[in-house]
Amino acid sequence: MKKYFLPALKLTAVLVILTAGIYPLLIAGVSKLAPGKGDGVTVSHKGLVVGYANIGQQFTDDKYFQGRPSAVDYNAAGSGGSNKGPSNEDYLKVVQERIDTFLVHNPGVKKSEIPVELVTASGSGLDPHLSPAGALVQVQRIATLRGISVEKLKELVKEQTKGPLLGMFGPATVNVLQLNIALDDIK
Amino acid sequence: MNTELLGVIATYALTLLIAIPLGKYISKVFKGEKTWLDFLNPVERFIFRICGINPKEEMNWKQHLKALVTINMLWFVYAFFLLIFQDKLPLNPDGNPGQTPDLAFNTAISFLVNCDLQHYSGESGLTYFTQLFVITFLQFVSAATGIAALIVLLKAFKDKTTTKLGNFWEFLVKTNTRLLLPICVVIALILAFNGTPASYAGKDTIVTMQNDTIGVSRGPAAGMIAIKHLGTNGGGWFGANSIHPLENPSYLTNMTEAVAQMIIPIAMIFALGFFIQRKKFAYVVFGVMTAGFLILLIPSMMYEINGNPAIAKMGVAQLTGAMEGKEVRFGPAATGYWSTITTVISTGSVNGFHDSTMPLTGMMQMVGMMTNAFYGGCGVGFLNYFVFVIIAVFISGLMVGRTPEFMGHKVEAKEVKIAALVALLHPFLILAGTALSSYMIAHHPTIDWATQPANWLNNPGYHGFSEMLYEYTSSAANNGSGFEGLGDNNIFWNVSTGFVLIFSRFLPILGPVAIAGILAQKKYIPESAGTLKTDTATFGIMTFAVIVILAALAFFPALVLGPIAEHFSLY
Repeated sequence: MKKYFLPALKLTAVLVILTAGIYPLLIAGVSKLAPGKGDGVTVSHKGLVVGYANIGQQFTDDKYFQGRPSAVDYNAAGSGGSNKGPSNEDYLKVVQERIDTFLVHNPGVKKSEIPVELVTASGSGLDPHLSPAGALVQVQRIATLRGISVEKLKELVKEQTKGPLLGMFGPATVNVLQLNIALDDIK
Repeated sequence: MNTELLGVIATYALTLLIAIPLGKYISKVFKGEKTWLDFLNPVERFIFRICGINPKEEMNWKQHLKALVTINMLWFVYAFFLLIFQDKLPLNPDGNPGQTPDLAFNTAISFLVNCDLQHYSGESGLTYFTQLFVITFLQFVSAATGIAALIVLLKAFKDKTTTKLGNFWEFLVKTNTRLLLPICVVIALILAFNGTPASYAGKDTIVTMQNDTIGVSRGPAAGMIAIKHLGTNGGGWFGANSIHPLENPSYLTNMTEAVAQMIIPIAMIFALGFFIQRKKFAYVVFGVMTAGFLILLIPSMMYEINGNPAIAKMGVAQLTGAMEGKEVRFGPAATGYWSTITTVISTGSVNGFHDSTMPLTGMMQMVGMMTNAFYGGCGVGFLNYFVFVIIAVFISGLMVGRTPEFMGHKVEAKEVKIAALVALLHPFLILAGTALSSYMIAHHPTIDWATQPANWLNNPGYHGFSEMLYEYTSSAANNGSGFEGLGDNNIFWNVSTGFVLIFSRFLPILGPVAIAGILAQKKYIPESAGTLKTDTATFGIMTFAVIVILAALAFFPALVLGPIAEHFSLY
């Protein structure tokens, strides 16, 4: 073992410098050219930073499109899911309550129209997206509260929908924060 | 839904498209043939010179293992102390505290052994300094350790009879300079340009549209996330791992990370074919592994896409499948796919929480780790498979009445004993651990510990049992994913999984390397009519049967108590 100790020690030092020193500095340096300069991409509205493009926010007001339930209340200081198992009775009760609450706040919507992501917590607790159906199902409520026509809001959701990658891969999504900013901008 | 399936198919196709030429490249690097990265030669020569290493000095298998163990022990001590004293070290913009000794023990071992089980959340449990100088560093070198060990094995089978198996330090350095670092730079930049933070800026505070004040954790994450996948490590920068929208911002980054974690394990199989010039053997290995992979993958994706039957009963639309613990931008198909790849290879990163997947998906994840040889981790994947090959050679030799041989060397009692020991160690550690923790919950639920066993589980019944079974399976497979509901940051789990981690990392490396070393010393017997051929489909099926029988016999009862029972309570 002794024969190997010194080379091991020196090699460790070299590899530490290489992988933990130089490599991350190189990535941080080149990332200055990336959107957000490697600090994370922020979103501004009316000259104020209101959030991060990729991080979801809580909207409790019925006048806004609401995102998914979050196990961390959308506080991105941390992150996490509920980790509830699919057969957990207490968990299933919570889902049932969310369905009931949603129906109360969205009169006229049928149960079978509620997309599941609106009543299940996301993995990160910071999911910025809904499926297009998840946004569209809230249109009626917002139209009534804001006095904007349903058609106009549907059009807005469509504008804000991002299709699959290259039109081929993965699901279509709507970024809730961007959608609400666009909603506030409607005159 | 069709675009989601297409996305998965494209991801796998892209993986193969990169892995095959990469395999050829890896073989060239370690054969010392010309490659386009040869401009790094002076850098490597410089490294060897200042470390006092002569890369031409050939080692035998025992010397290789001594070097491997020595440097790994050194890394453990280094990591352990940095984690405990991280609060007193620089690069701690968020003012996070030092780790407790039991947590530091678990974390240091876990990253040292390429497992990356995390009993902390990255946002609050580490500093930027330890994220880089402990975590990122270990993610590079633990992957390199596995690959270097496999190269030793390949050297053993390349020549007819030999004790000269190359230089361990050279393998370790070249794995980093020629393979991991260059590819990581590419991956990290793809991530950084798609929204993953890469700068050293600390936690941000913002006021949201509805005037909530929240924090946003950041940091030099992109580089770490690259090696976390390429090195099949899996430990996340953020608590939510690759579910986190900064760690994995889009479908494109999701594909990138999914491809990154699989290319080296698959490339190593092809590298083996090129290196020992037995391409047909490599194809058979790849075929068996792919068959096993698909058997686990297809039901997982199906169950996730179909959604939770208990929620279907409530009458809502499950067009997007089982969404608890998942993200909209990935969807159930890509999440089901990821849950399989991350468990068959030993990554353990997640893009959706496994604790909330359907019971049989959870079982497939566990079976992936229990077999641990369908592709498998960086380097160690084939080492695990090799153990099963030796057992298959032995059994089929007995069946047809021929002397068991592998690559022209007689396989005798000593080698088979080592292989059997390694193969049995895995179920023993998993089942004994689960039994111990179940015993504590059943008989000492309110024992006088800081976290009482009664409070360990996040879910009742069968699923609670699965949480414990999963934790030990993940530790023994050096995987690192978890049914994260488990309350695991306490002395019992930190220490017990810590020991499982050490045993199940080093014995499965030492065993196969020793077998290969012993075989290589033996007289070479040219192939004859009496030789049992190992590069045929028949032998592939034989190996597959050995894997299935060993895994099924050992684990079936435990799986019945956990996921299978839960499945029948739901469906």
